[in-house]
Amino acid sequence: MQDLLYFSQQLINGLTIGSTYALIAIGYTMVYGIIGMINFAHGEIYMIGAYTALIAITGLATLGIAWLPLILIVALLCAIIVSSSMGWAVERVAYRPVRGRHRLIPLISAIGMSIFLQNYVHLAQGSRNIGFPALIDGSFRFGSGEGFQMSISYMQITIFITTLICMTVLSLFISRSRIGRACRAVSQDLGMANLLGIDTNRIISATFVIGAALAAVAGLLLGMYYGSVDPLFGFIAGLKAFTAAVLGGIGSIPGAMLGGLILGVAESMTSGYLSGEYKDVVAFSLLILILLFKPTGLLGKPEVEKI
Amino acid sequence: MAAHNVKHALFCAVVTLVVAYPILGLNLVAQGTRVGLEGADASTIIIIFLASVAVFAFQLYRDTIMASLSKAPRLNPLAGREPMPQARRVKLESWVLTGIIVLALFWPFFVSRGSVDLATLVLIYVMLALGLNVVVGLAGLLDLGYVAFYAVGAYTFALLSQYMGISFWMALPLGALFAALFGLVLGFPVLRLRGDYLAIVTLGFGEIIRILLNNWTAVTGGPNGIGGIPEPTLFGMEFGRRVKEEGNTSFHDTFGIAYSGEHKVIFLYLIALVLAVITALVIRRLMRMPVGRAWEALREDEIAARSLGLSRTAVKLSAFTIGAFFAGFAGTVFASKQGFISPESFVFLESAIILAIVVLGGMGSQLGVILAAIAVTILPELAREFSDYRMLVFGAAMVLMMVWRPQGLMPMRRTHIELKRQE
Repeated sequence: MQDLLYFSQQLINGLTIGSTYALIAIGYTMVYGIIGMINFAHGEIYMIGAYTALIAITGLATLGIAWLPLILIVALLCAIIVSSSMGWAVERVAYRPVRGRHRLIPLISAIGMSIFLQNYVHLAQGSRNIGFPALIDGSFRFGSGEGFQMSISYMQITIFITTLICMTVLSLFISRSRIGRACRAVSQDLGMANLLGIDTNRIISATFVIGAALAAVAGLLLGMYYGSVDPLFGFIAGLKAFTAAVLGGIGSIPGAMLGGLILGVAESMTSGYLSGEYKDVVAFSLLILILLFKPTGLLGKPEVEKI
Repeated sequence: MAAHNVKHALFCAVVTLVVAYPILGLNLVAQGTRVGLEGADASTIIIIFLASVAVFAFQLYRDTIMASLSKAPRLNPLAGREPMPQARRVKLESWVLTGIIVLALFWPFFVSRGSVDLATLVLIYVMLALGLNVVVGLAGLLDLGYVAFYAVGAYTFALLSQYMGISFWMALPLGALFAALFGLVLGFPVLRLRGDYLAIVTLGFGEIIRILLNNWTAVTGGPNGIGGIPEPTLFGMEFGRRVKEEGNTSFHDTFGIAYSGEHKVIFLYLIALVLAVITALVIRRLMRMPVGRAWEALREDEIAARSLGLSRTAVKLSAFTIGAFFAGFAGTVFASKQGFISPESFVFLESAIILAIVVLGGMGSQLGVILAAIAVTILPELAREFSDYRMLVFGAAMVLMMVWRPQGLMPMRRTHIELKRQE
């Protein structure tokens, strides 16, 4: 019984983290699916989302507003607006001019952008990590008084529900809306979509904006969950999310969701049963193994190279 | 101008505001255990608004500005000139290089200790950048975990000297060979991957090695690092005030001169200089050998190169291994110079700086990479008050280079035969 409770605790922790990885991973996967580049700065967009949310929460607290739903909604909206604008601007400044050049050039540009954004926040907000107020407190507890107690915090439930809503809205948006249909068309064949009268530049911008908005949601959720943010907050999370995207098959949106969950569970099992220090090693090893043995990921389509 | 233009310009200006104001204009400050918010000073706010207005104006008159820019006379006076003939250019280049090396040999005797120390660091970066240049510039493999091999070289020396008492001169080849072996072992599985996947996987490897160094406390000392790494000796002569090891003599006693801490610094500088020159020369040779041609061929067109019978794995692996070898070289010198190493010195940022050097100098171009290494290391030292902005500027420079001049400041010139002009 004890072991089972401990195991379920790890599983729940893993699924919580994993679902936020999935939110970030969607940004990578959509961009990769359409223009075939790794948006290295995506982790930074997520970090900026977390910072903006914290700024909004602190601002509201200074104004004396204490009604929780209002605080959360305003923080979420601010984070989404700033991150999306950032995503749009980054694409415009750093990626559009180098689109279609040799593969390495957009990637190096993206790395430069990532370093730039990290230091932009670092210079403006300082390098120290800043505490994120725990707005949603409390938890459900299971298990007897003496032994291991399993707890599911309200925060974890909030993360689950929010992620679920985001995923559902995104799936509906991609499958039903005009822009979503255009997105799918562009990811299948950019040139052909262009010929058929789709403004591909706009669709690519839209992809960046959608990805950035989801990353902002993840930023708010993970900021609250971890309880602090710092300028390097996005780098590792971005790598993890990229791993999740590759795991699920890059370019595939359901794949990103699945990959995020698997990665989250793998990580929390490692820290639960081995050691917390090695959870990053496990994540990266997983990434390397997948790329070596199944580069298309779990749900990805094989890429046929034509000469 | 059309209404569409105004709308777009307005949108861009608003985005600039949204992107800049919350992060720059509102600062989070810790007030005890709680977090408070402070507005930035007036000048920052004014700058943000001015930037937004500038973006608006630029977007509004974008077409006009671009048109007049392309019409403006070229500032570069060399643009219209005929390119120098190949033979003369090569001759000039080798004269310039010889001159620089001779100057570098005598220079440390006339300057302060601090600048010699800095110059040693510059030379270490030159070695690293030349090594990465083989991997990224010549073979076209984006390696984001290059610093791992640097760490392997440094830790090889540190561990061997700690546990087996090995000296610098023994450790130098061992460190390099060990790093190369690492490159070979890591490279074998990953080199099948396509460009951008390779970048991420090498990044993952770099992080794994750093995390292992950080957590394997029993052997590597974890975050505390390893200290007491010996300095190099000159034919058994030590540079310390007192001789540490049995059988060695001290440099100042042998030559009957007064002890000075500068001797050691200059000696290390000269070692680094010799190694950097060796690195440059070896890579220069390799570039002209069949293997060097194969690197470039595979970079330009993998399918064509393979159908001409080049082995993809062997060619890529050779580039990866040789790059790792020189990183190991640099790592050994670094460990000896610092006398202390810890995982802090081998973070991803370091890989990014080396990559930035290669990109700024011009991928594949040796002279460009050397000059970029010098500039990137020295400029932040000259402008100490701006040192916070160093990485910000690096990031921006990488983006701008990719947008405007992806071939780098001094692009690589290939050896070629020129046809005589018909009279």
